[in-house]
Amino acid sequence: MNDMTKSDLDVSTAKIKMRAEGVQVYYGTTQALKDVNVNILDKVVTAFIGPSGCGKSTFLRCLNRMNDTVASARVEGKITLDGQDIHDPKVDAVQLRAVVGMVFQKPNPFPKSIYDNVAYGPRIHGRTSSKAELDEIVETSLRKAALWNEAKDRLSAPGTGLSGGQQQRLCIARAIATNPQVLLMDEPCSALDPIATAQVEELIDELRSQFSVVIVTHSMQQAARVSQKTAFFHLGNLVEYGDTSQVFTNPSDPRTESYISGRIG
Amino acid sequence: MTDISAQPMPSQSAAASIMVGSKGMKKRHAAEARFKAYGIVAIVFSLGVLAFMLFTIFNDGISAFRQAQLTFPVTIDAAVVDPTGTRDRNTMAKVTTFSYTKVLNNSIVAALLDKGIPQEKVSDKELGEMVSKSAPAQVRNMVLADPSLVGQTITISVFANGRIDGYFKGRVTRDTASRDSNVSPAQLDLADTLRDAGILSLGWNSRFLTNSDSSDLRPETAGLGVAILGSLYLMFLVLIICVPIGVAASIYLEEFAPKNRWTDIIEVNISNLAAVPSIVFGILGLALFINFAGLPQSSAMVGALVISLMTLPTIIIASRSAIRAVPPSIRDAALGVGASKMQTVFHHVLPLAAPGILTGTILGLASALGETAPLLLIGMVAFVDNYPGAPISGFFDPATALPVQVYSWASRSDPAFLERSSGAIIVLLVFLVIMNVTAIILRRKFERRW
Repeated sequence: MNDMTKSDLDVSTAKIKMRAEGVQVYYGTTQALKDVNVNILDKVVTAFIGPSGCGKSTFLRCLNRMNDTVASARVEGKITLDGQDIHDPKVDAVQLRAVVGMVFQKPNPFPKSIYDNVAYGPRIHGRTSSKAELDEIVETSLRKAALWNEAKDRLSAPGTGLSGGQQQRLCIARAIATNPQVLLMDEPCSALDPIATAQVEELIDELRSQFSVVIVTHSMQQAARVSQKTAFFHLGNLVEYGDTSQVFTNPSDPRTESYISGRIG
Repeated sequence: MTDISAQPMPSQSAAASIMVGSKGMKKRHAAEARFKAYGIVAIVFSLGVLAFMLFTIFNDGISAFRQAQLTFPVTIDAAVVDPTGTRDRNTMAKVTTFSYTKVLNNSIVAALLDKGIPQEKVSDKELGEMVSKSAPAQVRNMVLADPSLVGQTITISVFANGRIDGYFKGRVTRDTASRDSNVSPAQLDLADTLRDAGILSLGWNSRFLTNSDSSDLRPETAGLGVAILGSLYLMFLVLIICVPIGVAASIYLEEFAPKNRWTDIIEVNISNLAAVPSIVFGILGLALFINFAGLPQSSAMVGALVISLMTLPTIIIASRSAIRAVPPSIRDAALGVGASKMQTVFHHVLPLAAPGILTGTILGLASALGETAPLLLIGMVAFVDNYPGAPISGFFDPATALPVQVYSWASRSDPAFLERSSGAIIVLLVFLVIMNVTAIILRRKFERRW
């Protein structure tokens, strides 16, 4: 409970990093998201919960414009990053994704070495001018992802040879390496065992000190453990958004209460 | 609930024990066993047919690599080959091949006398005819290349006439020789004697792989050189035309193209093109590349363009399925760290799809190598006596190709060409095996798991 109070305090002083206003998403003619308004706070972990197909992943993919790659998807409404519209014609989605990184549900390291996996982002963005600089980025990223001790002796081994949990931390390291301001995580632990999950959760908590983290999860316990803010989605609507402690202990909407008590979902 | 479980169901009581097989089970197993048997029969049948085909081809064709040759001392008579006595190449070049026939005839008669072999019923002229008609030209070329040979006696190997060669390969018998104006039974008897005397021998014939085609009168000198070079040119050109176009087209269609009616139409048409009979492409090539674009007929370039048209759909289809097989999670991963679409494709998708693309390409090339019909229409079936030149201008010289050579030899009347035709098939098969093995090795090498 002590933790909760502390994170509450954090939240009250945090500034808004991303703001979504009236976001609607259509896949062809079906509407997947209806009028979502959310403020993602800086250096805060925000959890999106809700039953399958409720639109939480869809919304997550709006935040770094990954939905652009889905031909049938159409996004309406305004999403801003530090007050700048990410759909502005001047914004390049490719550049945006370096700033708003993403970690996927299934660990998806490139079939390359561990080093190349982490170095890929900085390389394509031309962040480094020397090999030493790149080495340093790789090392700090792996350290931040709590993978350095396990991987430092086998940097040239293929990333696909790691265990599932290590692979997911490698993917996190890869996302961190581009130095993002927001990290989106789409059910990052759903393919992991409880031990690997615990490691990733611990990691998320540490990452919070550097940038805001948005995590989609099916596990309400996980949401309660790692997040300070929680948003509950249901049937394409954002039903409730508030401090995690409040959403889980004293939900204002009856649908939220039914979901977290296991009656719907 | 208790009521239902208390009453045993009548139908199930009979088959209560799992130790007793039910009637339906037996039937299902029988069907499975039958199906397996059908499969085995089908495989055995196809393997049998393949084995039979290979056996026939090798049985007929392997003899094309061995050839009857006559080895005897030839006295280059200065009075005949250099009547002016200048030893000047240009003057000597005025002496025709026909004169060298006399040189050879005199030499072989002398060789027989020397060894004490009785000529019996074979006249000097008939003895001379046992030597290949290509031999005088062979000697003439030697002399013109090295005028110091004039007046000397050198021991050389020349081909025996095709009929004599056929006699040792079982194609010509005394029975057929008696009805043949080109060869007599007496000549065959003499050939046996010559073989015993060591003048005539059956040896490895490398000229089958290096000579060019020859006329109906001298099947013994016909070789695959021009066809092999032509086929190599064709494959090279098809490769550099098809791979960039095919891979670029499949990447665009798979990764960039919007999914709409137009791309659907293109997709259907690519599949349809793969099924168009090859002779149709031949007509198209004739009209487009020769009549309209004015490229030289019979050239490897035109052949390659036509075959490329045919191979492209195969390569595009194979490449597209290879690209599609790359898991989308890899694309997401690359896009997620801010790679552009193009970087995603070239850094991640293409390397992963490369083994599949390579295999598809090589298999497409292998089928292109065996393509005959379109080449007939653009004139590559022509009798080509000279090697095409070196690249790049050589791509526009008349050439022929292996399958076309098989076809043209198979349609000649002399059975000696039939043997050559089977020999050419063996060479073609060796090429195909090499290509397929390359495909397998490359795939193994580049295969990566994810």
